[in-house]
Formats: sequence, structure tokens, C-alpha cells
Amino acid sequence: MNKLVDTQDPNTTQPLPKASNKPIIWSLFAAGGTITALLIPILVFVIALAVPLGLLSADLFSYARLVELANNPLVKIILFFVISLSLWHAAHRLRITAHDFGLRADGFVMFFLYGLAAVTTMFLGWILLFL
Amino acid sequence: MITLDNHRLKEEMMKLANGNYIRPPARYSWWMRQGRYWRYMMRELSSLFIGIFCFILVWGLFRLAQGEAAFNHWTNELWYQSAGLCWLIFLFATYHSYTWFMVTPKAMPIKLNGKRVAAYIIIGAHFLLWLFASLVVWYAFIYGGNT
Repeated sequence: MNKLVDTQDPNTTQPLPKASNKPIIWSLFAAGGTITALLIPILVFVIALAVPLGLLSADLFSYARLVELANNPLVKIILFFVISLSLWHAAHRLRITAHDFGLRADGFVMFFLYGLAAVTTMFLGWILLFL
Repeated sequence: MITLDNHRLKEEMMKLANGNYIRPPARYSWWMRQGRYWRYMMRELSSLFIGIFCFILVWGLFRLAQGEAAFNHWTNELWYQSAGLCWLIFLFATYHSYTWFMVTPKAMPIKLNGKRVAAYIIIGAHFLLWLFASLVVWYAFIYGGNT
């Protein structure tokens, strides 16, 4: 019997493997990691470092321009997915990292970090939808 | 208190199945013993800085929604008062990207005509993609609002 085959042999009573939520969680983790890896360094550079370094004009960050940019629906969607996926990826990683640093209260760490990520995601959604 | 003491005893010496005792690895400082443990921890610690940056971005959007004075206050704080933190975030995020792309041949091995694609091709393609994505963000931000 090959246990990796997904279909059930009608002659046996062997049950089908139970559906797992791991593929969904892991695909989100991988998506978050890839988006983080591709975009966070350049976003930090553009938003936080380029103006003090004198590479970009502060005029590009004028209130009027950024309000117009942030009101673009496409920009809103991109912002929501980039920030929330990076945030959830970071929260999950930080949970494992806390364990590696010797903090073994995983229940509390999980509640705290995922809770923080959930609240921040909702806050972000609220800002983008209503403000 | 009692459980803590028991815990400490157990931490100090661990009995193996064959009756021998060993000293288990240090719970808090194991990652300082070897360069690769250290690099692993620095990679994982990048998540803290990336998380902080996500909060900064969400907060910036909130300040943008509050009006011009609030937003200018936020950019001023970000650029001139948190420069050290921003550089730390940038260095950790870049290191995370580097490690993330270096493991791609192991995370998603690609086969072409039954043969494995060489690791350096997969890694190189990801680094090119990274460069391309960075350039897109850079130019989209500069020219995005001007049409």
C-alpha cells in the first residue's frame, strides 16, 4: 500500500488521509516571505532612507501627492497585501525565534504575536477603507 | 518555585537512555557558540525589524489620514529622529532577502526535461527578480503620481 496515494482502495478499510490546513498556512508563509524578500528592502530605502541621504526630493513625499497616491484603489490593494503578508510572516517567524531564544511560553507568545498581527491587519484595513 | 527548581536541575544534567549523563545545550546562549547558529538567529531576528517596519507603515498611513501636519510630523520623525532604527531595519531586511533567495534551489527545486536546474541559475534568477522589483518600486514611486 502506498500511503502517499490520495485515493482509497475500495477493498481496504484504510481511511483517507485527513485534510490538513498546513498547505494553506505554508503557502501564506511562503508568499509573505517572498513579498518581504522582494519588496521590504527597497520600501525601507525609498520611504525611510532616500530623503535623508539626499537621493530623493522631499517634495515627492508632499501631503497632497501621497494622499492622491494612497487614494488609488490599486495602491490600496497593494499596500494591504504587502503590509499584512509581511506582518503575518514576521509574526510567525518571531514566534519560532522566541522559542529559539529560550522563551518557552509558546501559548502566550502565539496569542500575543498573532493577536498583534490580527489587530494591526484590521486597523490597516479600516484605514484603507474608511479614512 | 518548586517546578522552577526541578526545571533547573533537569536543565543542568540530562540522563540518557543508556544511563549516561550529558550536559544539554545552553537554553539561552546556544546560538552564540557557532557562526552558523549566529547567522541563523540574525536571519530569524530580521522578522522583528520587518514587523516594526510594518507597524511604522501602518502608523504612517494613519497619520496621512489625519492631515498634513500629522503626516509631516511622521516623516520628520522617520527621517531625522529614527535614522538609526531605519538603517537597522534596512540591513536586517536585506540580509533576510539574501538568505531567502539563497535557499530557493532547496525550497523549490525545478526540473527541466528530467534534469535538475543548477542551483546558481535559480538563485541568479531570484536575484535578478529582486533587482527588477526594486527598480519597479523606485521608478513607480518617483513617476507614479505625475500622470
